[in-house]
Amino acid sequence: MRLTGRIFFLAVLLGSASAALPQSPEIRVAAAADLKFAMDELAKQFEKQKGAKVNVTYGSSGNFLAQIQNGAPFDLFFSADMDYPKKLEAAGLAEPGTLCEYAIGRIVIWTPVDANVDVTKEKWAALLKPEVRKIAIANPDHAPYGRAAAAALKNARIYDRVKSKLVYGENISQAAQFVQSGNAQAGVIALSLAISPGMADGRRWEIPPDEYSLLEQGAVVLTSGKNKLQARQFLELVKSAEGRATLKKFGFAVPAVQPPPAGKR
Amino acid sequence: MEALFLSIKLAACVSAILLVCGVPLAYWLANSQWRGKFLLESIVALPLVLPPTVLGFYLLVAMGPRGPLGRIWQAAFGHGLAFTFGGLVIASVIYSLPFAIQPLLFAFENVDRELLHASAVLGAGRLRTLWRVILPLSVPGVITAIVFSFAHTIGEFGVVLMVGGNLPGITRTVSIDIYDHVQSLEYAQASRLSLALLGMSFTVLAIVYGMNRKVGRRLWAPWAAKQDARC
Repeated sequence: MRLTGRIFFLAVLLGSASAALPQSPEIRVAAAADLKFAMDELAKQFEKQKGAKVNVTYGSSGNFLAQIQNGAPFDLFFSADMDYPKKLEAAGLAEPGTLCEYAIGRIVIWTPVDANVDVTKEKWAALLKPEVRKIAIANPDHAPYGRAAAAALKNARIYDRVKSKLVYGENISQAAQFVQSGNAQAGVIALSLAISPGMADGRRWEIPPDEYSLLEQGAVVLTSGKNKLQARQFLELVKSAEGRATLKKFGFAVPAVQPPPAGKR
Repeated sequence: MEALFLSIKLAACVSAILLVCGVPLAYWLANSQWRGKFLLESIVALPLVLPPTVLGFYLLVAMGPRGPLGRIWQAAFGHGLAFTFGGLVIASVIYSLPFAIQPLLFAFENVDRELLHASAVLGAGRLRTLWRVILPLSVPGVITAIVFSFAHTIGEFGVVLMVGGNLPGITRTVSIDIYDHVQSLEYAQASRLSLALLGMSFTVLAIVYGMNRKVGRRLWAPWAAKQDARC
Protein backbone atom coordinates (compact mmCIF):
# COMPACT_ATOMS: atom_id res chain seq x y z
CA MET A 1 0.00 0.00 0.00
CA ARG A 2 2.80 2.34 0.96
CA LEU A 3 4.42 1.90 -2.45
CA THR A 4 1.15 2.66 -4.21
CA GLY A 5 0.84 5.76 -2.11
CA ARG A 6 4.28 6.91 -3.11
CA ILE A 7 3.64 6.27 -6.78
CA PHE A 8 0.41 8.20 -6.52
CA PHE A 9 2.20 11.10 -4.84
CA LEU A 10 4.85 11.08 -7.57
CA ALA A 11 2.19 11.06 -10.27
CA VAL A 12 0.43 14.04 -8.68
CA LEU A 13 3.74 15.86 -8.43
CA LEU A 14 4.61 15.22 -12.07
CA GLY A 15 1.11 16.15 -13.15
CA SER A 16 1.19 19.50 -11.37
CA ALA A 17 4.71 20.18 -12.65
CA SER A 18 3.68 19.69 -16.26
CA ALA A 19 0.55 21.76 -15.72
CA ALA A 20 2.69 24.64 -14.47
CA LEU A 21 4.78 24.71 -17.66
CA PRO A 22 3.80 27.39 -20.16
CA GLN A 23 1.76 25.73 -22.87
CA SER A 24 2.47 26.48 -26.49
CA PRO A 25 -0.82 26.82 -28.33
CA GLU A 26 -1.91 23.58 -29.91
CA ILE A 27 -4.96 22.64 -31.90
CA ARG A 28 -6.38 19.18 -32.16
CA VAL A 29 -7.77 18.22 -35.51
CA ALA A 30 -9.85 15.18 -36.42
CA ALA A 31 -9.47 14.55 -40.15
CA ALA A 32 -10.91 11.99 -42.56
CA ALA A 33 -8.46 9.30 -43.67
CA ASP A 34 -8.29 10.59 -47.26
CA LEU A 35 -6.72 13.84 -46.02
CA LYS A 36 -3.60 12.19 -44.63
CA PHE A 37 -1.04 13.74 -46.93
CA ALA A 38 -2.75 17.05 -47.66
CA MET A 39 -3.43 17.75 -43.98
CA ASP A 40 0.16 16.96 -42.95
CA GLU A 41 1.28 19.61 -45.39
CA LEU A 42 -1.36 22.15 -44.30
CA ALA A 43 -0.45 21.60 -40.66
CA LYS A 44 3.19 22.28 -41.48
CA GLN A 45 2.25 25.50 -43.28
CA PHE A 46 0.17 26.65 -40.31
CA GLU A 47 2.90 25.84 -37.81
CA LYS A 48 5.34 27.89 -39.88
CA GLN A 49 2.97 30.87 -40.15
CA LYS A 50 1.45 30.99 -36.67
CA GLY A 51 3.81 28.94 -34.55
CA ALA A 52 0.89 26.95 -33.18
CA LYS A 53 1.20 23.19 -33.21
CA VAL A 54 -1.41 21.22 -35.12
CA ASN A 55 -2.09 17.70 -33.88
CA VAL A 56 -3.95 15.74 -36.53
CA THR A 57 -5.72 12.45 -35.87
CA TYR A 58 -6.79 10.56 -38.99
CA GLY A 59 -9.66 8.12 -39.07
CA SER A 60 -13.10 7.38 -40.36
CA SER A 61 -15.51 10.33 -40.27
CA GLY A 62 -18.31 8.25 -38.76
CA ASN A 63 -16.04 7.23 -35.93
CA PHE A 64 -15.10 10.83 -35.26
CA LEU A 65 -18.74 11.87 -35.27
CA ALA A 66 -19.53 9.31 -32.57
CA GLN A 67 -16.47 10.36 -30.56
CA ILE A 68 -17.21 14.08 -30.82
CA GLN A 69 -20.82 13.51 -29.81
CA ASN A 70 -19.43 11.79 -26.75
CA GLY A 71 -17.08 14.59 -25.80
CA ALA A 72 -13.83 13.89 -27.67
CA PRO A 73 -11.58 16.95 -27.17
CA PHE A 74 -11.07 18.05 -30.78
CA ASP A 75 -10.97 21.70 -31.87
CA LEU A 76 -11.67 21.12 -35.53
CA PHE A 77 -13.29 18.38 -37.58
CA PHE A 78 -12.59 17.76 -41.27
CA SER A 79 -15.13 15.22 -42.43
CA ALA A 80 -15.17 13.25 -45.68
CA ASP A 81 -18.75 14.38 -46.29
CA MET A 82 -21.14 17.24 -45.49
CA ASP A 83 -23.70 15.24 -43.47
CA TYR A 84 -21.60 14.62 -40.39
CA PRO A 85 -20.57 18.25 -39.82
CA LYS A 86 -24.19 19.26 -40.45
CA LYS A 87 -25.31 16.77 -37.80
CA LEU A 88 -22.87 18.32 -35.33
CA GLU A 89 -24.11 21.78 -36.16
CA ALA A 90 -27.72 20.68 -35.68
CA ALA A 91 -26.77 19.17 -32.32
CA GLY A 92 -25.21 22.44 -31.20
CA LEU A 93 -21.74 20.93 -31.06
CA ALA A 94 -20.31 23.18 -33.79
CA GLU A 95 -19.46 26.87 -33.50
CA PRO A 96 -22.20 28.72 -35.38
CA GLY A 97 -21.22 29.92 -38.83
CA THR A 98 -18.07 27.80 -39.13
CA LEU A 99 -19.59 24.99 -41.23
CA CYS A 100 -18.04 25.12 -44.68
CA GLU A 101 -17.18 22.96 -47.65
CA TYR A 102 -13.39 22.79 -48.03
CA ALA A 103 -12.73 20.13 -50.67
CA ILE A 104 -14.29 17.70 -53.12
CA GLY A 105 -13.01 14.15 -53.16
CA ARG A 106 -12.06 12.45 -56.43
CA ILE A 107 -12.12 8.69 -56.98
CA VAL A 108 -10.02 6.46 -59.19
CA ILE A 109 -9.76 2.81 -60.11
CA TRP A 110 -6.31 1.77 -58.96
CA THR A 111 -4.33 -1.38 -59.72
CA PRO A 112 -0.78 -2.37 -58.79
CA VAL A 113 1.77 -1.71 -61.52
CA ASP A 114 2.29 -5.45 -62.12
CA ALA A 115 -1.43 -6.15 -62.59
CA ASN A 116 -2.57 -8.14 -65.62
CA VAL A 117 -5.09 -5.49 -66.56
CA ASP A 118 -4.43 -1.98 -67.78
CA VAL A 119 -7.02 0.19 -66.14
CA THR A 120 -5.79 3.32 -67.95
CA LYS A 121 -6.98 1.79 -71.27
CA GLU A 122 -9.72 -0.62 -70.26
CA LYS A 123 -11.35 1.61 -67.64
CA TRP A 124 -14.53 0.01 -66.21
CA ALA A 125 -14.05 -3.13 -68.30
CA ALA A 126 -10.89 -3.91 -66.35
CA LEU A 127 -12.99 -4.71 -63.29
CA LEU A 128 -14.96 -7.35 -65.21
CA LYS A 129 -11.88 -9.34 -66.17
CA PRO A 130 -11.38 -12.69 -64.44
CA GLU A 131 -7.86 -11.64 -63.42
CA VAL A 132 -9.50 -9.17 -61.07
CA ARG A 133 -10.86 -11.49 -58.40
CA LYS A 134 -11.36 -8.99 -55.59
CA ILE A 135 -12.17 -5.28 -55.77
CA ALA A 136 -11.59 -3.20 -52.66
CA ILE A 137 -13.90 -0.30 -51.84
CA ALA A 138 -14.69 1.49 -48.58
CA ASN A 139 -17.78 0.30 -46.74
CA PRO A 140 -20.73 2.00 -48.50
CA ASP A 141 -22.84 1.73 -45.34
CA HIS A 142 -20.92 4.45 -43.58
CA ALA A 143 -17.88 5.62 -45.59
CA PRO A 144 -18.57 8.45 -48.06
CA TYR A 145 -15.99 7.10 -50.52
CA GLY A 146 -17.66 3.72 -50.34
CA ARG A 147 -20.99 5.30 -51.22
CA ALA A 148 -19.40 7.13 -54.15
CA ALA A 149 -17.69 3.96 -55.38
CA ALA A 150 -20.92 1.96 -55.22
CA ALA A 151 -22.84 4.77 -56.96
CA ALA A 152 -20.24 4.97 -59.74
CA LEU A 153 -20.31 1.19 -60.25
CA LYS A 154 -24.11 1.31 -60.48
CA ASN A 155 -23.95 4.24 -62.86
CA ALA A 156 -21.54 2.27 -65.09
CA ARG A 157 -24.07 -0.60 -64.97
CA ILE A 158 -21.55 -3.15 -63.72
CA TYR A 159 -22.41 -3.17 -60.00
CA ASP A 160 -24.40 -6.43 -60.20
CA ARG A 161 -21.66 -8.13 -62.16
CA VAL A 162 -18.85 -7.16 -59.77
CA LYS A 163 -20.82 -7.31 -56.51
CA SER A 164 -19.46 -10.74 -55.61
CA LYS A 165 -15.90 -9.44 -56.05
CA LEU A 166 -16.26 -6.52 -53.66
CA VAL A 167 -14.45 -6.46 -50.33
CA TYR A 168 -15.03 -3.65 -47.88
CA GLY A 169 -12.45 -1.58 -46.07
CA GLU A 170 -13.43 0.07 -42.82
CA ASN A 171 -12.43 3.37 -44.39
CA ILE A 172 -10.90 4.44 -47.69
CA SER A 173 -7.40 4.03 -46.34
CA GLN A 174 -8.01 0.39 -45.53
CA ALA A 175 -9.53 -0.23 -48.96
CA ALA A 176 -6.27 1.13 -50.37
CA GLN A 177 -4.26 -1.23 -48.11
CA PHE A 178 -6.22 -4.23 -49.38
CA VAL A 179 -5.24 -3.55 -52.97
CA GLN A 180 -1.75 -2.23 -52.28
CA SER A 181 -0.89 -5.42 -50.35
CA GLY A 182 -2.06 -7.44 -53.37
CA ASN A 183 -4.93 -9.15 -51.55
CA ALA A 184 -7.36 -7.39 -53.87
CA GLN A 185 -6.42 -6.90 -57.53
CA ALA A 186 -8.16 -3.57 -58.00
CA GLY A 187 -9.67 -0.88 -55.84
CA VAL A 188 -11.92 2.12 -56.16
CA ILE A 189 -10.09 4.55 -53.91
CA ALA A 190 -9.46 8.23 -53.32
CA LEU A 191 -7.19 10.00 -55.79
CA SER A 192 -5.48 11.59 -52.78
CA LEU A 193 -4.33 8.15 -51.68
CA ALA A 194 -3.58 6.88 -55.20
CA ILE A 195 -0.98 9.62 -55.67
CA SER A 196 0.55 9.15 -52.21
CA PRO A 197 4.18 7.95 -52.05
CA GLY A 198 3.37 4.25 -51.52
CA MET A 199 0.87 4.02 -54.38
CA ALA A 200 1.97 6.55 -56.98
CA ASP A 201 3.70 3.84 -59.06
CA GLY A 202 0.42 1.94 -59.61
CA ARG A 203 -1.92 2.44 -62.57
CA ARG A 204 -5.01 4.57 -62.11
CA TRP A 205 -7.97 5.90 -64.03
CA GLU A 206 -10.03 8.71 -62.63
CA ILE A 207 -13.76 8.12 -62.65
CA PRO A 208 -15.38 11.17 -64.26
CA PRO A 209 -16.99 13.30 -61.51
CA ASP A 210 -20.38 13.33 -63.27
CA GLU A 211 -20.72 9.56 -62.74
CA TYR A 212 -21.35 9.77 -59.01
CA SER A 213 -22.71 12.35 -56.61
CA LEU A 214 -20.10 14.91 -55.58
CA LEU A 215 -17.95 13.97 -52.62
CA GLU A 216 -18.32 17.32 -50.92
CA GLN A 217 -16.29 17.44 -47.74
CA GLY A 218 -17.21 19.74 -44.87
CA ALA A 219 -15.46 21.08 -41.80
CA VAL A 220 -16.59 22.70 -38.54
CA VAL A 221 -14.97 24.30 -35.51
CA LEU A 222 -16.18 22.43 -32.45
CA THR A 223 -17.67 24.04 -29.35
CA SER A 224 -15.94 21.51 -27.11
CA GLY A 225 -12.49 22.63 -28.33
CA LYS A 226 -10.10 24.55 -26.10
CA ASN A 227 -8.45 26.57 -28.79
CA LYS A 228 -11.21 28.00 -30.98
CA LEU A 229 -9.30 31.06 -32.15
CA GLN A 230 -6.44 29.08 -33.64
CA ALA A 231 -8.90 26.50 -34.95
CA ARG A 232 -10.70 29.25 -36.89
CA GLN A 233 -7.39 30.55 -38.21
CA PHE A 234 -6.40 27.08 -39.38
CA LEU A 235 -9.74 26.66 -41.13
CA GLU A 236 -9.18 30.04 -42.83
CA LEU A 237 -5.77 28.83 -44.05
CA VAL A 238 -7.35 25.69 -45.52
CA LYS A 239 -9.91 27.83 -47.38
CA SER A 240 -7.33 30.39 -48.56
CA ALA A 241 -5.76 30.36 -52.03
CA GLU A 242 -2.69 28.72 -50.52
CA GLY A 243 -4.71 26.03 -48.79
CA ARG A 244 -6.72 25.34 -51.93
CA ALA A 245 -3.53 24.96 -53.94
CA THR A 246 -2.25 22.42 -51.41
CA LEU A 247 -5.50 20.46 -51.52
CA LYS A 248 -5.38 20.41 -55.33
CA LYS A 249 -1.79 19.24 -55.29
CA PHE A 250 -2.75 16.31 -53.08
CA GLY A 251 -5.60 15.06 -55.25
CA PHE A 252 -8.69 17.02 -54.29
CA ALA A 253 -10.93 19.33 -56.26
CA VAL A 254 -11.87 22.53 -54.46
CA PRO A 255 -15.28 24.17 -54.29
CA ALA A 256 -15.89 27.38 -56.22
CA VAL A 257 -14.95 30.42 -54.16
CA GLN A 258 -17.94 31.38 -52.10
CA PRO A 259 -19.20 34.96 -52.49
CA PRO A 260 -18.35 37.23 -49.56
CA PRO A 261 -21.02 36.89 -46.87
CA ALA A 262 -21.98 40.60 -46.79
CA GLY A 263 -25.07 41.14 -48.95
CA LYS A 264 -23.47 42.14 -52.26
CA ARG A 265 -25.61 41.11 -55.18
CA MET B 1 -28.00 -12.35 -36.33
CA GLU B 2 -26.14 -13.75 -39.32
CA ALA B 3 -23.00 -12.16 -37.90
CA LEU B 4 -23.52 -13.78 -34.50
CA PHE B 5 -23.85 -17.22 -36.05
CA LEU B 6 -20.78 -16.61 -38.17
CA SER B 7 -18.81 -15.71 -35.05
CA ILE B 8 -20.01 -18.85 -33.29
CA LYS B 9 -19.10 -20.97 -36.31
CA LEU B 10 -15.65 -19.38 -36.48
CA ALA B 11 -15.08 -19.82 -32.75
CA ALA B 12 -16.19 -23.46 -32.89
CA CYS B 13 -13.80 -24.21 -35.78
CA VAL B 14 -10.95 -22.43 -34.02
CA SER B 15 -11.43 -24.14 -30.65
CA ALA B 16 -11.69 -27.54 -32.35
CA ILE B 17 -8.46 -26.97 -34.29
CA LEU B 18 -6.71 -25.60 -31.23
CA LEU B 19 -7.78 -28.57 -29.14
CA VAL B 20 -6.51 -31.08 -31.69
CA CYS B 21 -3.20 -29.26 -32.25
CA GLY B 22 -2.91 -27.83 -28.74
CA VAL B 23 -2.94 -31.10 -26.77
CA PRO B 24 0.13 -32.61 -28.49
CA LEU B 25 1.95 -29.26 -28.50
CA ALA B 26 1.26 -28.62 -24.81
CA TYR B 27 2.13 -32.24 -24.01
CA TRP B 28 5.44 -31.85 -25.76
CA LEU B 29 6.13 -28.51 -24.06
CA ALA B 30 5.30 -30.03 -20.67
CA ASN B 31 7.62 -33.00 -21.09
CA SER B 32 10.43 -31.94 -23.39
CA GLN B 33 13.92 -31.62 -21.96
CA TRP B 34 15.11 -29.61 -24.96
CA ARG B 35 17.18 -26.60 -23.92
CA GLY B 36 15.72 -24.28 -26.53
CA LYS B 37 12.18 -24.99 -25.35
CA PHE B 38 11.82 -21.51 -23.87
CA LEU B 39 12.08 -20.07 -27.39
CA LEU B 40 9.07 -22.06 -28.55
CA GLU B 41 7.20 -21.14 -25.38
CA SER B 42 7.88 -17.48 -26.11
CA ILE B 43 6.60 -17.82 -29.66
CA VAL B 44 3.42 -19.53 -28.47
CA ALA B 45 2.82 -16.71 -25.95
CA LEU B 46 3.51 -13.90 -28.44
CA PRO B 47 -0.13 -13.27 -29.43
CA LEU B 48 -0.79 -12.44 -25.76
CA VAL B 49 1.42 -9.38 -25.89
CA LEU B 50 1.41 -8.38 -29.56
CA PRO B 51 -1.34 -5.94 -30.46
CA PRO B 52 -3.83 -7.22 -33.04
CA THR B 53 -2.60 -4.53 -35.40
CA VAL B 54 0.82 -6.21 -35.60
CA LEU B 55 -0.70 -9.64 -36.18
CA GLY B 56 -3.23 -8.23 -38.63
CA PHE B 57 -0.57 -6.37 -40.56
CA TYR B 58 1.74 -9.40 -40.81
CA LEU B 59 -1.16 -11.65 -41.76
CA LEU B 60 -2.37 -9.24 -44.44
CA VAL B 61 1.08 -9.19 -46.01
CA ALA B 62 1.66 -12.94 -45.51
CA MET B 63 -1.70 -13.78 -47.10
CA GLY B 64 -1.05 -11.56 -50.12
CA PRO B 65 0.15 -12.97 -53.44
CA ARG B 66 3.75 -12.14 -52.53
CA GLY B 67 3.51 -13.59 -49.01
CA PRO B 68 4.33 -17.21 -48.04
CA LEU B 69 0.84 -18.14 -46.78
CA GLY B 70 -0.83 -16.56 -49.80
CA ARG B 71 1.43 -18.41 -52.24
CA ILE B 72 0.86 -21.82 -50.66
CA TRP B 73 -2.90 -21.25 -50.49
CA GLN B 74 -3.02 -19.97 -54.06
CA ALA B 75 -1.16 -23.04 -55.31
CA ALA B 76 -3.42 -25.39 -53.34
CA PHE B 77 -6.84 -23.81 -53.80
CA GLY B 78 -6.50 -21.39 -56.69
CA HIS B 79 -7.62 -18.33 -54.77
CA GLY B 80 -6.22 -15.94 -52.20
CA LEU B 81 -6.53 -16.37 -48.45
CA ALA B 82 -7.52 -12.87 -47.35
CA PHE B 83 -11.27 -12.11 -47.25
CA THR B 84 -12.15 -15.81 -46.88
CA PHE B 85 -13.51 -17.80 -43.96
CA GLY B 86 -10.45 -20.06 -44.15
CA GLY B 87 -8.23 -17.02 -43.81
CA LEU B 88 -10.11 -15.92 -40.71
CA VAL B 89 -9.78 -19.40 -39.20
CA ILE B 90 -6.00 -19.37 -39.71
CA ALA B 91 -5.70 -15.86 -38.31
CA SER B 92 -7.84 -16.72 -35.29
CA VAL B 93 -5.97 -19.96 -34.57
CA ILE B 94 -2.75 -17.96 -34.35
CA TYR B 95 -4.39 -15.19 -32.37
CA SER B 96 -6.00 -17.53 -29.83
CA LEU B 97 -3.14 -20.06 -29.62
CA PRO B 98 -1.85 -19.01 -26.16
CA PHE B 99 -5.38 -19.09 -24.77
CA ALA B 100 -5.52 -22.80 -25.54
CA ILE B 101 -1.90 -23.71 -24.81
CA GLN B 102 -1.43 -21.97 -21.46
CA PRO B 103 -4.25 -23.75 -19.56
CA LEU B 104 -3.32 -27.11 -21.13
CA LEU B 105 0.34 -26.63 -20.30
CA PHE B 106 -0.46 -25.61 -16.74
CA ALA B 107 -2.68 -28.64 -16.27
CA PHE B 108 -0.21 -31.11 -17.83
CA GLU B 109 2.69 -29.81 -15.77
CA ASN B 110 0.72 -30.22 -12.58
CA VAL B 111 0.01 -33.91 -13.07
CA ASP B 112 1.84 -35.89 -10.40
CA ARG B 113 5.00 -37.35 -11.93
CA GLU B 114 4.65 -40.44 -9.72
CA LEU B 115 1.46 -41.34 -11.52
CA LEU B 116 3.21 -41.13 -14.87
CA HIS B 117 6.00 -43.39 -13.62
CA ALA B 118 3.45 -45.82 -12.22
CA SER B 119 1.65 -45.84 -15.54
CA ALA B 120 4.89 -46.57 -17.39
CA VAL B 121 5.87 -49.31 -14.92
CA LEU B 122 2.49 -50.93 -15.45
CA GLY B 123 3.29 -51.15 -19.12
CA ALA B 124 1.27 -48.27 -20.59
CA GLY B 125 2.72 -46.50 -23.60
CA ARG B 126 2.97 -42.73 -23.81
CA LEU B 127 -0.23 -42.35 -25.77
CA ARG B 128 -2.16 -44.54 -23.34
CA THR B 129 -0.72 -42.60 -20.41
CA LEU B 130 -1.80 -39.35 -22.04
CA TRP B 131 -5.26 -40.72 -22.68
CA ARG B 132 -5.89 -42.56 -19.40
CA VAL B 133 -3.87 -40.58 -16.87
CA ILE B 134 -2.91 -37.08 -18.00
CA LEU B 135 -6.07 -36.02 -19.79
CA PRO B 136 -8.52 -37.25 -17.11
CA LEU B 137 -6.50 -35.35 -14.50
CA SER B 138 -6.43 -32.29 -16.74
CA VAL B 139 -10.14 -32.03 -17.53
CA PRO B 140 -10.48 -28.56 -15.96
CA GLY B 141 -7.49 -27.37 -18.01
CA VAL B 142 -8.95 -28.83 -21.21
CA ILE B 143 -12.33 -27.21 -20.59
CA THR B 144 -10.66 -23.90 -19.78
CA ALA B 145 -8.62 -24.13 -22.99
CA ILE B 146 -11.71 -24.81 -25.11
CA VAL B 147 -13.75 -22.07 -23.50
CA PHE B 148 -10.99 -19.47 -23.55
CA SER B 149 -10.12 -20.04 -27.19
CA PHE B 150 -13.82 -19.99 -28.07
CA ALA B 151 -14.48 -16.81 -26.11
CA HIS B 152 -11.33 -15.10 -27.30
CA THR B 153 -12.25 -15.81 -30.94
CA ILE B 154 -15.78 -14.46 -30.42
CA GLY B 155 -14.25 -11.30 -28.98
CA GLU B 156 -11.68 -10.91 -31.73
CA PHE B 157 -11.85 -7.61 -33.57
CA GLY B 158 -8.62 -6.02 -34.76
CA VAL B 159 -7.24 -8.95 -36.73
CA VAL B 160 -10.60 -9.67 -38.39
CA LEU B 161 -10.96 -6.00 -39.28
CA MET B 162 -7.56 -6.01 -40.92
CA VAL B 163 -7.78 -9.20 -42.99
CA GLY B 164 -11.53 -9.88 -43.25
CA GLY B 165 -12.84 -7.41 -45.80
CA ASN B 166 -16.23 -7.27 -44.07
CA LEU B 167 -18.13 -9.73 -46.28
CA PRO B 168 -21.60 -10.58 -44.93
CA GLY B 169 -21.86 -14.25 -44.00
CA ILE B 170 -18.17 -14.88 -44.72
CA THR B 171 -16.04 -12.51 -42.71
CA ARG B 172 -18.45 -10.04 -41.10
CA THR B 173 -18.26 -11.34 -37.54
CA VAL B 174 -20.42 -9.98 -34.76
CA SER B 175 -17.73 -7.64 -33.41
CA ILE B 176 -17.29 -6.11 -36.89
CA ASP B 177 -21.04 -5.88 -37.34
CA ILE B 178 -21.39 -4.00 -34.05
CA TYR B 179 -18.60 -1.64 -35.08
CA ASP B 180 -20.32 -1.02 -38.42
CA HIS B 181 -23.62 -0.24 -36.73
CA VAL B 182 -21.90 2.26 -34.45
CA GLN B 183 -20.17 3.79 -37.47
CA SER B 184 -23.49 4.13 -39.26
CA LEU B 185 -24.98 5.68 -36.11
CA GLU B 186 -27.41 2.76 -35.80
CA TYR B 187 -27.06 2.64 -32.04
CA ALA B 188 -30.23 0.60 -31.52
CA GLN B 189 -28.94 -2.34 -33.60
CA ALA B 190 -25.49 -1.99 -32.07
CA SER B 191 -26.82 -2.20 -28.55
CA ARG B 192 -29.09 -5.14 -29.40
CA LEU B 193 -26.16 -7.15 -30.74
CA SER B 194 -23.89 -6.03 -27.92
CA LEU B 195 -26.43 -7.11 -25.36
CA ALA B 196 -26.79 -10.52 -27.03
CA LEU B 197 -23.01 -10.93 -26.99
CA LEU B 198 -22.73 -9.78 -23.39
CA GLY B 199 -25.43 -12.21 -22.27
CA MET B 200 -23.93 -15.09 -24.19
CA SER B 201 -20.40 -14.46 -22.94
CA PHE B 202 -21.51 -14.21 -19.34
CA THR B 203 -23.58 -17.38 -19.59
CA VAL B 204 -20.73 -19.37 -21.09
CA LEU B 205 -18.24 -18.17 -18.48
CA ALA B 206 -20.69 -18.73 -15.64
CA ILE B 207 -21.32 -22.30 -16.79
CA VAL B 208 -17.61 -23.03 -16.95
CA TYR B 209 -16.68 -21.47 -13.64
CA GLY B 210 -19.74 -22.93 -12.03
CA MET B 211 -18.97 -26.43 -13.21
CA ASN B 212 -17.57 -28.54 -10.46
CA ARG B 213 -14.20 -30.01 -11.34
CA LYS B 214 -15.38 -33.32 -10.00
CA VAL B 215 -18.30 -33.26 -12.40
CA GLY B 216 -15.85 -32.99 -15.28
CA ARG B 217 -13.77 -35.86 -14.05
CA ARG B 218 -16.80 -38.01 -13.36
CA LEU B 219 -18.00 -37.45 -16.91
CA TRP B 220 -14.62 -38.11 -18.46
CA ALA B 221 -13.58 -41.30 -16.70
CA PRO B 222 -16.41 -43.62 -17.85
CA TRP B 223 -16.32 -42.17 -21.34
CA ALA B 224 -12.57 -42.68 -21.71
CA ALA B 225 -12.88 -46.18 -20.31
CA LYS B 226 -15.51 -47.00 -22.90
CA GLN B 227 -13.33 -45.66 -25.69
CA ASP B 228 -10.44 -47.64 -24.29
CA ALA B 229 -12.38 -50.85 -24.16
CA ARG B 230 -13.26 -50.41 -27.82
CA CYS B 231 -9.62 -50.11 -28.91
